[in-house]
Amino acid sequence: MEGKQQVTSKRQTPGGSLVSANLRANLEPYWYLLPTLLVLGGLLLVPLIYGVASSFQRWIIYDPLNRGWVGLSNYAELLRDPLFWQALKNTLVWTLGSLVFQFSLGLGLALLLVKPFPLRTLYQAVVFLPWAVPPFLGGMTWKWLFNSNIGPISDLLMRLHLRSDPLNMLSDPQTALWGAVIANVWFGIPFFAITFLAALQSIPNELYEAAAIDGAGSWRSFTHITLPFLVPTMVITVLLRSIWIANFTDLIWVMTGGGPANSSQILTTYIFSTAYTKLDFGYAATLSTALLVLLGAYALVVTQVRRMVRV
Amino acid sequence: MKTLLRLGRIVALALYALFAIFPLYWVLKIAFTPDRELFSHAVRYWPENLTLANFAFVLHNTNFPAYFRASLVVSLSTALIATLLATATGYAFSRFNFRGKPGVMLLLLTTQMFPLVLLIAPLYRIFAELHLLNTWLGLILIYTAFNVPFAAFLMQNFFDGIPQELEEAARIDGCTRFQALLRVVLPLTLPGLVATIGFVFVGAWAELLFALMFINSDNLKTFPVGLLFFISKFNVDWGNMTAAAALGLIPVLVFFALIQRYLIGGLTTGATKG
Repeated sequence: MEGKQQVTSKRQTPGGSLVSANLRANLEPYWYLLPTLLVLGGLLLVPLIYGVASSFQRWIIYDPLNRGWVGLSNYAELLRDPLFWQALKNTLVWTLGSLVFQFSLGLGLALLLVKPFPLRTLYQAVVFLPWAVPPFLGGMTWKWLFNSNIGPISDLLMRLHLRSDPLNMLSDPQTALWGAVIANVWFGIPFFAITFLAALQSIPNELYEAAAIDGAGSWRSFTHITLPFLVPTMVITVLLRSIWIANFTDLIWVMTGGGPANSSQILTTYIFSTAYTKLDFGYAATLSTALLVLLGAYALVVTQVRRMVRV
Repeated sequence: MKTLLRLGRIVALALYALFAIFPLYWVLKIAFTPDRELFSHAVRYWPENLTLANFAFVLHNTNFPAYFRASLVVSLSTALIATLLATATGYAFSRFNFRGKPGVMLLLLTTQMFPLVLLIAPLYRIFAELHLLNTWLGLILIYTAFNVPFAAFLMQNFFDGIPQELEEAARIDGCTRFQALLRVVLPLTLPGLVATIGFVFVGAWAELLFALMFINSDNLKTFPVGLLFFISKFNVDWGNMTAAAALGLIPVLVFFALIQRYLIGGLTTGATKG
């Protein structure tokens, strides 16, 4: 912090050539960025480059003597691997399904929480709690809730005569992934709600008052004031959240282990089992790099669309 | 129409609460149920007999008090450091136009795209070089690195919402840019700052993988790692695990309660009037 202050205060002292003043002005933003770039570069970027490099290697832990560069052969294997394609499809369903419900329900909750009501503080603290539960514990709890013998969901459905026989979403290949999505929505609503709530708080009340004077109804002030203010937060939240969901392994790993019959296998659970069960780090790195490329393309598309559609 | 709308609001609030609370209630129910009644055949919605034995065991016979302390130290430090870095970064994104900007933003996003499991091996080597293995500082740094990108974009949005004229006025009055940031802009972003702190705190609080891999000493372990001790290959000690997990939510509840004041309430509306 000291350093920054120095740089900015120097600008005001007279003297020094125009060129160096210009240079200082050009460098100024980088002083603000420096700590973040150091931490990210050293701790995430270097390992990431190392990981991408491993994707071009044969690297199987129990076969250390044959470790070495193999060019693109891991990628050729990837294209032929039916499990990769299935996991990719499941990753899409998992990410999109979780995202849509987390987003819309989180936005709904934020809008409900903006207006005061009795015990709002307590209510808010409680509905935000799922966020702070360690994911593997949340996964184990949801697995219990879905269990057809000891779980309440199947029991309640039968008591309400909505089903005649016990149901376990997680053991049916048709529904296993959606069972995990439900648990993930439970986890993710608070995240969206709290970011949107903070963004809503920063909208000046005067705007609503002026709109009300102009005779705008609540729907019109929502679409003309609230939404435009929220859009920047929405874009970045959706973008990063989808990247995180695609990378979120713990829940599915604990709830279904990717099964039954790989029906809930997403790329990251597949990567996890390739690395730590098959001990094939080279191929796990290849799968990871594929995910990186796909997510990178997605991020580029989102930011381009955002640039074209300025609200 | 008005009453219908109010009724709809109440129903919606109730449904949200039910969805959020039910799994948490289930955790609590297990924690308060005596072990021998846990797997009784009929599904029970409340415990027949209540017991505090699981809580007593966790507090007296395990190292959980130390794990909670470790989690608190690590999460709070991470929240403060990450928010500090994110504030500087978000401010640079919001107020400066510079050539490397799209590149830096892309870099921030890219660091989030690679599966963590594959970062562990190379990171382990880096940590060994820097003597960060088995230290809280190591955990704090990696949690900071992982949480800063989103926090920075969040802060950028909050800065974007604050009129530049305010700090320009301060600078005409003789403040440097940095002083204007501290005295004029930051107080206005307080709800955003607090949301960012809360977001990072929670992200660090529940993290398992890095804490599991990088910490050896029992006294330095964080509470999610502690929960794993109740799981063995063939058996899960549900009673004690859920009791420990429930205790682990109390600090978060307190933390949420503390930051609520800033998150809700018209702090910004008052301030931007001038």
